[in-house]
Amino acid sequence: MNKTVFLGALTVAGLSAGAAAAATLDDVKARGSLNCGVTTGLVGFAAPDANGEWDGFDVGVCRAVAAAVLGDPTAVEFVPTTGKTRFTALASGEIDMLARNTTWTFSRDVDLKFEFTGINYYDGQGFMVPKDLGVSSAKELDGATVCIQTGTTTELNLADFFRSNNMSYEPVPIETNAEAQQNYLAGACDVYTTDASGLAATRAAFEDPSAHVILPEIVSKEPLGPLVRHGDNEWGDVVRWTLNALVAAEEYGVTSANIADMAAEPTDSPEINRLLGTEGNLGEMLGLDADWAMRAIAAGGNYGELFEKNIGENTPVGLARGLNAQWTDGGLMYAPPFR
Amino acid sequence: MSDMHQHSVAYVRETMLPEAPPPAREQGIIKWMRENLFANVPNSILTIASIVVIYYILAASLPWLLNGIWNAESIRDCREILQGAAGGCFAVLTERWNQLLFGFQYPDDQYWRPLIAFLLLFVAIAPVMFFKYIPSQFLLFTALYPFLAYWLIWGGLILAPIVALVGFVVGYFVWGRLVQRSFATGFFGAVAAAVIVWWIGGLITAGMDPEQAMLVPVASRDMGGFMLNLILGTVCVSLSIPIGIALALGRQSSMPIIKWICVVFIEFIRGVPLITLLFVANVVLAYFFPPGTNFDLIIRVIIMITAFASAYIAEVIRGGLAALPTGQYEAADSLGLDYAQAMRLIILPQALKISIPGIVNVAVGLFKDTTLVSVISMFDLVGMIRGPILASTEWNGVYWELFGFAALLFFVVCYGISQYSQWLERELTTDHK
Amino acid sequence: MTTMTDPPQASFKLSMLLNDTRYRSYTFQFIALILLIAAIAYLGSNLAQNLREAGLNISYGFLGEPSNYDINQRLIEYDSRSSHWRAAVVGVLNTLLVAFLACVTATIIGVIAGVLRLSNNWLVRKLMAGYVEAFRNVPVLIWILIIYTVMTAVMPSPRDFRGDDADASMVLGSFAFTNRGVYTPKPLLEPMGWVVVGIFIASIIGMFAYRRYATKLLYDTGKLLPMGWPSLAILFVPAILSFFVLGRPISLEYPELGGFNFQGGIQVLGSLIALWFALAIYTGAFIAENVRAGIQAVSKGQTEAAAALGLRPRRIMNLVILPQALRIIIPPLISNYLNITKNSSLAIAVGYMDITGTLGGITLNQTGRAIEAVLLLMLFYLVISLSISAVMNVYNNAVRLKER
Repeated sequence: MNKTVFLGALTVAGLSAGAAAAATLDDVKARGSLNCGVTTGLVGFAAPDANGEWDGFDVGVCRAVAAAVLGDPTAVEFVPTTGKTRFTALASGEIDMLARNTTWTFSRDVDLKFEFTGINYYDGQGFMVPKDLGVSSAKELDGATVCIQTGTTTELNLADFFRSNNMSYEPVPIETNAEAQQNYLAGACDVYTTDASGLAATRAAFEDPSAHVILPEIVSKEPLGPLVRHGDNEWGDVVRWTLNALVAAEEYGVTSANIADMAAEPTDSPEINRLLGTEGNLGEMLGLDADWAMRAIAAGGNYGELFEKNIGENTPVGLARGLNAQWTDGGLMYAPPFR
Repeated sequence: MSDMHQHSVAYVRETMLPEAPPPAREQGIIKWMRENLFANVPNSILTIASIVVIYYILAASLPWLLNGIWNAESIRDCREILQGAAGGCFAVLTERWNQLLFGFQYPDDQYWRPLIAFLLLFVAIAPVMFFKYIPSQFLLFTALYPFLAYWLIWGGLILAPIVALVGFVVGYFVWGRLVQRSFATGFFGAVAAAVIVWWIGGLITAGMDPEQAMLVPVASRDMGGFMLNLILGTVCVSLSIPIGIALALGRQSSMPIIKWICVVFIEFIRGVPLITLLFVANVVLAYFFPPGTNFDLIIRVIIMITAFASAYIAEVIRGGLAALPTGQYEAADSLGLDYAQAMRLIILPQALKISIPGIVNVAVGLFKDTTLVSVISMFDLVGMIRGPILASTEWNGVYWELFGFAALLFFVVCYGISQYSQWLERELTTDHK
Repeated sequence: MTTMTDPPQASFKLSMLLNDTRYRSYTFQFIALILLIAAIAYLGSNLAQNLREAGLNISYGFLGEPSNYDINQRLIEYDSRSSHWRAAVVGVLNTLLVAFLACVTATIIGVIAGVLRLSNNWLVRKLMAGYVEAFRNVPVLIWILIIYTVMTAVMPSPRDFRGDDADASMVLGSFAFTNRGVYTPKPLLEPMGWVVVGIFIASIIGMFAYRRYATKLLYDTGKLLPMGWPSLAILFVPAILSFFVLGRPISLEYPELGGFNFQGGIQVLGSLIALWFALAIYTGAFIAENVRAGIQAVSKGQTEAAAALGLRPRRIMNLVILPQALRIIIPPLISNYLNITKNSSLAIAVGYMDITGTLGGITLNQTGRAIEAVLLLMLFYLVISLSISAVMNVYNNAVRLKER
């Protein structure tokens, strides 16, 4: 009898366990919801608001994929992951995709067997210091105490930077952004370092953002993007081209405001028509229906709209487009052609 | 001499003097203080030191408590209202109350469900806790409770818990039938019967439309806040008691292979910190499941915490078994009882009774340890505080109120349980003296 | 099925495997063994298949690679070019350091609190009861976080020590309590300084030898030598004399404000202090209960009997109560030490780089070798636990009441 209690409980629990692996696209469709890994909370990129609704730039990508695949941008289960748990969560099939400002690196792509499906934010590691410290360059940080979030590429870049400049420092490793913030604000460290976007987002949450400066040095390349498991190319394509559709939509001037009109009947631009499914059968090739991209764009707007709404200059995060502008504006955002 | 005395004394008192009150320093509060606070010099120094300590604690905490702000939108509001005076910003508790208790993903129109489950928990465990005073018929509700609570908290089709329940009931009846033959037959027959029922039930529920659910289903990963601590605590403790008993019996067994399996399991689990087991649940366990299956993090965590708790409970019960006089074992043997009967009817009832305080201690420790899940990015009470609440723009910097609240919640629960344990210990020892 | 258990007699029947108690245990063990092997094989094949599908393998080669990250508290030489293995060793030493500090402190706190709980001073008794209950009933993680918050949010930052009218100042001009940790003076040893240290260690040995001799003399001849003053004299006089004779070869390096931080002296990290004190105070509450229970478990008759023999109260405590109480106190005390060591893994919550922070934290993250790192981590804790249990068993056997 004793053992049956345990087995029974497991069986009951097992009823709620689903299946994953292999054909992720089919699994997502069967499940009716997308499991998307995000951060545990970084304002602007992914953070739950007071009502528990997830919101942010990375969240926007998840919602776009959900809208493309399932037709419902709210059919997303957000799984908060830390730097440590994110890769296992993806590898073990707990999540279908990871949109957690993750840097695309060789070893993550090749050794850890993941597939980066594009770059949704070009970032680099920066330093933030209190203004009254009087530091204007990262080269002046010799001997400083530096707060870092563990489990990221940041601590490696930091070690490299200080080593190559022959400076010493004292690292204070911290698990979550919230605690890093707390330590930094209390003066337990002189410098807080993470991706420049993360710094801006963190600073936005401060009581007095103007009392802190982000130093001009960017010490690394941090191309951030969503990723999926190796070996499931159909699913990788869905995520990759959903992201591309968002970028392309901005380039072609398709916004959440005018998309309904544009999709209603074929426009003059064949590129837009193919994107929105009024011409050709791109959706079918992906294993989706014709207006997949229309739904993805309608979910939260095109890339530019997502950017402006969550992290743009009019938000507390206040990031300039910079490298993330369209290639036509001198940035790096360049969607391959839809044909 | 006596004559002399008689004559030399003019007056002899013939009635007793009325009892005089003791001198002022030997009565009432003064006497008590003299004896208990200022008995001698070192004692007086200790008393004064204690008073100083208490004064400092009160001086720091009282204004903070009494000036507390209960209504504000953010920490800046609090500071504005306080104008630099000492005072807590308890508004964070009122504003984030639901998040602290239920996490941020549990649907807010469904809060009544875990609440009812929580209240019913008291009804369910009362017959176990006060088994001397509450008629055993009420245990029936205790048996029903897990299924009811599962349905209330997770929602979904009521059929799933009912099928699980029917499986147990059928198993129980089969066991009751077969146990006369031998314990093993009864046990395995019961397992087989239950599995068959679950299998059939699984087919039926799979065919049902999940849209017809009476209660909105809530996914495991939406659990959070103090609710998650309570769920993990109660589920893991109740699962680990039967496993712990089995492990303890296995460790006492005369069969070397079974004994060594149990010893290795117990010593391994007790030798590593819970946090490494949670890492296993988080980053390793998924690799050991069959390809294609995927368990929720909460279920993986329940598996590991249960394994952890059962090893400790096994050791407590082993202590109980060892404390029984050998005569009890010999008496059972001499009555001609076989192993299963002897254990079930003679040994375990006594051993468990001795072990109850120890088990309660393990349960309290385990309940406290459920906060560790915050380290692996689950949003229990501590996780909610460290994550979404302290990271939010409004409440960035409100530490004392939040951690104090968390400490208070745990204190109330754990202190309550340990007081119960002490009461029970007194109850149980009376009949030995 | 029957191949395992050779039938010893011709009259053996298959049903005897289940019904005959002589054979039944073999049957059960056989089934258990089969189930165990099946379970291991099942999990192993799942693991192999999952790894194959993910294209991963199990290899400890990463331990030799450069770690590429820095650690703030290094007891041995280490930099970002050192290997992951060396990072793990740094972590092990940090774990042992915090565990050792916490064990010593917890014992002191626990013994004091436990004895005070039996004091006849009402106020002290209640105060200690409050301490024990408050700390036993709140998760240690919350205490660690609270003390860490105190260390980082309440203490002044090094910036506050700057300037003429600074917000904070150093205690006694040599200790700085900052939110990055506590800076204390560091002893600098000239070559001759080691001689002084050597003499001091010799004095400690000498003191114990003297005490032993005095005890032996007392038992053998009944002659009572004074204990207190001679011990102190043996302990300090030679060391102090040699210190001055050799021309003060030991000096102190004081921490000074320079650059961003204090420079010089010894820095005790805030995370170490948080972990150390939280573990010590938390476990101290448990030890206090053990001490109290141990003393109370010695029956009152023992005290009365000792008093009837004419022993003085202090001797009753030393010769009668304590030896018996220790027998009860020490086993749970050692298991509390074990708990401290295991709970020190919570370092990860405050960023103290113990083994869980290096091997189970950054190394695991950077290399993605989850299975290997977690296995190694468990192995380390297992070795520690088993060695402590071994010590405990030796002690238990030594003090066990010799019956009959």
